[in-house]
Amino acid sequence: MRLKIGFAVTFFFLLLSPCSLAQESHVGNLVGNAKKGKALYERYCIFCHGEYGDGRGESAPYLDPKPRDFTKATFKCRSTPSGSLPLDTDLYDTISRGVHASGMPSWKPLTRQDRVDLVAYIKGFSPRFQEEKPVPPIVIPPEPPTSPESVKRGSDLFQSMNCWLCHGQEGRGNGPSASSLTDSKGYPITPFDLSSGTRSKCGDSDAGLFRDLMTGLDGTPMPSFADALKPDQAWDIVHFIHTLRAGAKGGLSQAQAVPKAE
Amino acid sequence: MEIAAVRRVATLGLLMGALLAGVPQARAIPAFARKYGLPCSACHQAWPMLNNFGQTFKDNGYQLGNDRDAPIYQQPAYWPIMFRISPQWHWESTNRVAVDKVPGSQSSGLVESTVSASGFDLPALDIVTAGTLYKNISFFVQPFIAPAGGTGIQQSWLRLDNLLASRWLNVKMGKFELDELISQERILTMSSTGGLYYNYFFTPPGDNNVFRGIGIPQLGVEVSGHSDNDYTRYSVSVLSSNDGQTGLPAGNSYDVYTNFTQAFEIPRLGMQRVGVYGYFGQSPTFFQTSNGRPIPGTGMGDRSFYRAGAYGLWYAGKFDFKTFYMHGYDNVFLGNAVPANQPSQLPAGAVGPTWNGGFVEADYTYNPRFIAIGRYELIRMSRQANPGIRANAGNLDTWTIGYRWYPFMSPRAGLAWVQEYSHILNAGSAPLSGKDNTNSSYLMGFDFDF
Repeated sequence: MRLKIGFAVTFFFLLLSPCSLAQESHVGNLVGNAKKGKALYERYCIFCHGEYGDGRGESAPYLDPKPRDFTKATFKCRSTPSGSLPLDTDLYDTISRGVHASGMPSWKPLTRQDRVDLVAYIKGFSPRFQEEKPVPPIVIPPEPPTSPESVKRGSDLFQSMNCWLCHGQEGRGNGPSASSLTDSKGYPITPFDLSSGTRSKCGDSDAGLFRDLMTGLDGTPMPSFADALKPDQAWDIVHFIHTLRAGAKGGLSQAQAVPKAE
Repeated sequence: MEIAAVRRVATLGLLMGALLAGVPQARAIPAFARKYGLPCSACHQAWPMLNNFGQTFKDNGYQLGNDRDAPIYQQPAYWPIMFRISPQWHWESTNRVAVDKVPGSQSSGLVESTVSASGFDLPALDIVTAGTLYKNISFFVQPFIAPAGGTGIQQSWLRLDNLLASRWLNVKMGKFELDELISQERILTMSSTGGLYYNYFFTPPGDNNVFRGIGIPQLGVEVSGHSDNDYTRYSVSVLSSNDGQTGLPAGNSYDVYTNFTQAFEIPRLGMQRVGVYGYFGQSPTFFQTSNGRPIPGTGMGDRSFYRAGAYGLWYAGKFDFKTFYMHGYDNVFLGNAVPANQPSQLPAGAVGPTWNGGFVEADYTYNPRFIAIGRYELIRMSRQANPGIRANAGNLDTWTIGYRWYPFMSPRAGLAWVQEYSHILNAGSAPLSGKDNTNSSYLMGFDFDF
């Protein structure tokens, strides 16, 4: 009897382990292998994201922002609408690119196959990847040319959509609400400093900025503006954000574009 | 050159090898692990050997590039310093050592005998402080304390990273290890006989080249660059011809070292890497003198030498293989230890010595906490400096086996339990009989850093 209970317990834990879910991942013509991903995860990821993928690794208490909790399957950087699962390519891109202004570096020195294997393993931490069907990515229309008018429109939207409340009038992440923000797990979180450089949280292209606006960064206070903004308006905000960056050239100057705070 | 003199030089070379084994090495740097919260295994296949992520981090100037590299992001109390030491028990045995027939009696005559020693010991203490002074300005300082109490600076340099916003332009100045993907500074083994790559320190019998090998950190400036995943890398260094010694003791000429490497992926095997390198230099053969004594820094009569070859890093599942080849050449005056202004002193038939060497190392990484190591290395003289030197003098064969077990992985410190056995055969280097000479080392102990 005791032996049977032992088998049952072992079987239960095997069911819970990511490998037992036999997840696969597909990026281009590469197919990820969760078993190989496990070995890589234990070498590179476990100290931040934790043995169980819950973001509670040994180093997690010392990191700001906190490592992602894979068991929730809530990911900041996605090409899919808010609340939906990321595509395999989204996870692959995040691993490859890293997450700017966080403890997550670029893992591009790993081979492409290694990164796809990691995606397969990471997906195994949440049953959502088994239960939910993938949602198509949002459509990113071609970027219209930057003009003083589009920057001005973007500036107005930056005000009217209350972006400044978190990101601050100068985009430095020091708006009046900044100090009270928390992520979905209740940890304090700092709004992204839009003036810090040419990179955004989830990429370094204008299309990436557009995508972040429309998908939101799940798990953070940054919402999706897909229902509130038309594509042209989102591009206007992207053009305005350019003017906030240090050494920005072209378009309106930041001083011209940003209304004085009251 | 007298045969006996050749033997003395060979014995000296052997002793040098043993000394070099005690040369401090940079190895793993837990200060970085503490800074970023990453474990040793993120950067090291098994510390101290780097994996490609660690190599990229190093090539980025010890930066991850996620906007958390500048010191301003660290706690003010963070101090990027680490130390490393390896308390151990080891046994050394050398056969055919010239000893007095009656111990203590110089007049009893010399005979060849096996000499062995064993006991608990401490090698040199490594201290390293390294990191970033500012975004894209990196530094590395490594003083060392030798077992006998001597101190020195093994490496000390400053590096300007990503100049012109490009990974392809980085400039380093100071005293630094040469850009070697198979690095003496991060060799996995540490016993007296097996703790060095002999090709990196080889000098032919009878040779008096100031330059002692590519395994020794040199003083100069290095320009380097790499792709974002580090698959393509290059470096060119201009080095003062002083063999890394401070105070300009030798000459005023400059050497050049260059390295180019390219990695590529093979389906199911992963990343592989090949590279070529070359060290081209000149060394003085005599000095300006004062009352017959050489004046430091006035080396003259420079003559050329080079070390060049190729290497590969091959990965197959849990196995990785390092292959290395070197061809060496020293000018006839360097090879025969004759001043270039006294060519008449060259022995009849004197030529510049040449040699070939290489090694194969196979490592089995069971997991990040255990690695088994096996290495075979050889050097073969292809041309001696003069007919008086036996054809195989200087040849050596050496092999090393061992393992490193890391009881835990941590983003704070590193600890390994090490066992090694190594053996070297030096052809014709016995001091009296001229027979082959062998050394053996066994080592076990802890290797830890914090």
